[in-house]
Amino acid sequence: MRDLLSIADLDRAQIEALLDGAEHMADVLGRDIPKVPALRGKTVVSLFYEDSTRTRLSFETAAKRLGADTMTFTLGTSSVKKGESLLDTARTIEAMGVDAMVVRHSAAGAPHRVAGWVDAAVVNAGDGRHEHPTQALLDAFTLRRHRGPGLDGARIAIVGDVRNSRVARSGIACWHRLGAQVTLVGPPTLMPERLDGWPVAVSHDLDDVLTELDVVYVLRVQQERLGQALLPSLREYYARYGVTTARSERMKPDALVMHPGPMIRGPEIATEVVDGGRSLIREQVANGVAVRMAVLWDLIGSGGRLV
Amino acid sequence: MAESPAGSPRADNLRATPGQAAREGGRFAPGAGRDDDGFERRAVVFSAEDLRRAQVRIAHEIVERNHGAEGIVLVGLHERGPEIAQRLAAAIASFEDVEVPVGALDVAFYRDDIGMRPVQPLGPTEIPVDIGGKVVVLADDVLFTGRTIRAAMDALTELGRPRAIQLAVLVDRGHRELPIRADFVGKNLPTKIAEDVRVRLHEHDGTDDVVELWGPSGFSERGTGAPREEGGA
Repeated sequence: MRDLLSIADLDRAQIEALLDGAEHMADVLGRDIPKVPALRGKTVVSLFYEDSTRTRLSFETAAKRLGADTMTFTLGTSSVKKGESLLDTARTIEAMGVDAMVVRHSAAGAPHRVAGWVDAAVVNAGDGRHEHPTQALLDAFTLRRHRGPGLDGARIAIVGDVRNSRVARSGIACWHRLGAQVTLVGPPTLMPERLDGWPVAVSHDLDDVLTELDVVYVLRVQQERLGQALLPSLREYYARYGVTTARSERMKPDALVMHPGPMIRGPEIATEVVDGGRSLIREQVANGVAVRMAVLWDLIGSGGRLV
Repeated sequence: MAESPAGSPRADNLRATPGQAAREGGRFAPGAGRDDDGFERRAVVFSAEDLRRAQVRIAHEIVERNHGAEGIVLVGLHERGPEIAQRLAAAIASFEDVEVPVGALDVAFYRDDIGMRPVQPLGPTEIPVDIGGKVVVLADDVLFTGRTIRAAMDALTELGRPRAIQLAVLVDRGHRELPIRADFVGKNLPTKIAEDVRVRLHEHDGTDDVVELWGPSGFSERGTGAPREEGGA
């Protein structure tokens, strides 16, 4: 693997190899000294053109746990404000000698462009509405740790604003490759315009499918969409699609609840569910570091780019 | 794991090499005498019985050297080291009546050739006891350049501060690149760099136990890399 830009570039075996690698990383993270010198001397830069706390910190933690040096470039403090183009910024940073760039951008495809310009390994940390591959991988890793090696036959519902969600796009591709059956649940206005060729089922009624699900994956309500007449009122959304305590009680006994964060307790998911026994939300965050370590190791450590 | 000099394509954990993949995939069958890489068997170093006797002797030597088996922890290096450590512990238990703790160590993240060739973790690091103050006996199949052992000592000392670290190997094939030697050796085997010491253990490989020396077909003169004598027990 030279870059990690899209789940679409990975086959099942490659995904499973990354998840296996993440097991080794989780092992490292569980030690008294949760750090190894595997990427000593390497430099990983986060190039974030969009606000993010957890993803950026997760990548930086991952890099540091592997002994790499990290640098951060965020929009607020950068020369982008002075008008520098993405191309020039990427090349300038590369000239400082970096081995990997973790790129987040509001424009879909931006990390792909950067990967074409620089020799450093590029990781897509979220590009517009397109993809967020490490989120899908860490979710798969989290599920695998609860369900055993594959996701074969697992019924996963992605609930909420699928149309605007890069997490959903990467998740569908990743979990489908691992054998899961994915159902999209939400109001028609928040479903993608076209679903031709997507390996998914669609439901507009969460209660219809609730009792068959193994995993309810809740997406963030993007409140900025409220004004666009795409969402009914929050109260109505909560009533129809919120993961309430009552809904949680109707789910299969071993069904799990996940959320990519940042979450809004209330409209999407009840506090009791977030902190309840079905919730993998905290684990998702912890596993994010292990999975990102595995990705960085694969790109600039294990020699994958040598081949 | 067996070691190789940096840059050599004959490394045991060099998964991307077609020949290695073939051997991992089982096309190398003991007894076949020739593999798809153009390597042929030169010698059987240990039969299953020889190997059993060598293991028993090493187990006795470990206990003798340490004046008993108390305070010893056996730690095997992936791959095949954990099985060897397990066997040594079983042997010690049979004559000493002490259950020596057994662990497994993966050294991939501590290697000095990361980025020079493909390196992957080969198994989980699992050490069931605190190694602080203990005598850790590292167990591996083949001692070659010493680089794996160097990495293992780094990996180990991050887990605790052993009172001492000792090294037990089935085969010392010479060609050291670092000032490292084994404390307990099954056999000192002179080899050429291009040759390959292949170890098969039934728990790991599903075949009969065997250690063989393989080399490229077409030449058969032996040995410029004789292990130094003090490498033996």
